[in-house]
Amino acid sequence: MKKVIYLDNAATTKTKPEVVEAMLPYFTEYYGNPSSIYDFSAPAKAAVAKAREAIADSIGAQAREVYFTGSGSEADNWAIKAAAEAYRDKGNHIITSKIEHHAVLHTCEYLEKQGFQITYLDVDENGVVKLDELKKAIRPETILISIMFANNEIGTIQPIGQIGEIAKARGILFHTDAVQAYGHLPINVDDYHIDMMSASGHKINGPKGVGFLYIRTGVKIRSFIHGGAQERKRRAGTENVPGIVGFGKAAQIAMETLERRASYEARLRDYLMARVMETVPYTRINGHRSNRLPNNVNFAFQFIEGESLLIMLDGKGICGSSGSACTSGSLDPSHVLLAIGLPHEIAHGSLRLTLSEENTQEEMDFVVESIKAIVERLRNMSPLYEDFMKAKADR
Amino acid sequence: MYTEKVMDHFEHPRNVGEIENPSGMGTVGNAKCGDIMRIYLDIDENQIIRDVKFKTFGCGAAVATSSMATEMVKGKSVQEAMQVTNKAVMEALDGLPPVKVHCSLLAEEAIHAALWDYAQKNNIEIQGLKQPKSDISEHDGDEEY
Repeated sequence: MKKVIYLDNAATTKTKPEVVEAMLPYFTEYYGNPSSIYDFSAPAKAAVAKAREAIADSIGAQAREVYFTGSGSEADNWAIKAAAEAYRDKGNHIITSKIEHHAVLHTCEYLEKQGFQITYLDVDENGVVKLDELKKAIRPETILISIMFANNEIGTIQPIGQIGEIAKARGILFHTDAVQAYGHLPINVDDYHIDMMSASGHKINGPKGVGFLYIRTGVKIRSFIHGGAQERKRRAGTENVPGIVGFGKAAQIAMETLERRASYEARLRDYLMARVMETVPYTRINGHRSNRLPNNVNFAFQFIEGESLLIMLDGKGICGSSGSACTSGSLDPSHVLLAIGLPHEIAHGSLRLTLSEENTQEEMDFVVESIKAIVERLRNMSPLYEDFMKAKADR
Repeated sequence: MYTEKVMDHFEHPRNVGEIENPSGMGTVGNAKCGDIMRIYLDIDENQIIRDVKFKTFGCGAAVATSSMATEMVKGKSVQEAMQVTNKAVMEALDGLPPVKVHCSLLAEEAIHAALWDYAQKNNIEIQGLKQPKSDISEHDGDEEY
């Protein structure tokens, strides 16, 4: 296999070997069902409790406020649908943003069909939710505000503390989809006045197939999956013990290494952004320049299309992603890039690279050279570039 | 996702470029949906396509279908070029993923648009050729930053 430069850590991350090691005994040794009564299943039960404790600690919560799910998407679905149902007698209005992950957006669209009213807030050109619009959107019947902690495509971090304060002052529930932020940014649910928060294991070097929803004590949302008494009767189904153990281990490592990792990644990120901007003309950076996830870089290269770029990068062993329509299976480019005001044809030329602590500056240099050559090649076969250069020569 | 032939034509596209004073030129597609194809034709007095070049803004399938379509019309008469349908281009590439079928439509349209331009310029009629419907008039790609 050729050397791979993996720059798609927002899609998923490598499961750390020490995480896998922590998980393994719970497949073949301590495989008992945590709900069983005998001693044999006690280690499984204890391991789940320990993982829950580690995760609660990582966000300043109580262990009983952490509910394991099968994914971040499940946590988003649960938070929004169950809150809508539980608070329906209070009102039918929900506020979210135009740049949420589809797990939130499509859930809100589903609720619209059930008679709920949804406000999708605009964002500014950096992808930041406008707080004055948020305040104006609040109505007496508003029951929930759901705004992501940091955006999965452009990395922009939202003013979560201020949003939480606004929600708290009006007595409105506040949910945040922190799938991209958890383990990468420090989060304290009390400081930010977060009532519910979604996160996922595989974005922080944990296993796939496990997430959690934090639900503040007193929030009266009900069961999402009915059945047994697992997760305080709110999410039935035998626990994914190895997954939960792995998530707990990954969370613990993520918290211990957060500061060092974030500063290393941010330095590489800024280096990559600066090198590409000075090397490739007609390029822009999407998302906030500095107030963004430490590992997120998002470019738009004018006159070229993202899928072509990705395939050619793949040819050099570089894994990235794009907001181009061609990569989404629809005709429209990313809703996030359109929401920050990019014209369609420029949104099609976007490239997201999300780094990890395993990446090096040498790799970044190779990536810059590769991008330069590929973009040049694609522009030379682009009719848009041809038109642009001719118009430029005529001026 | 793509067949070997698609990847070959994407990685080594044939006939990329421009033709000065072409006999016919056609641009189809729309930057909004992420695909624009431009075909240049050089046609001799016997209505044989002597040379063909293309430029494409689009995904791997768009580039590959442009490349394959130019290969298939090169050296053909304008009437034969009319037989190069999207289906023929797709088959020559050993197929495309379902979401990419519209790219092969663009290749056919681009050739037709270039032939239409040629027919208009020379005041001739090509059997079965209709005025192309798509163009990129709504495109404004001159923004710079």
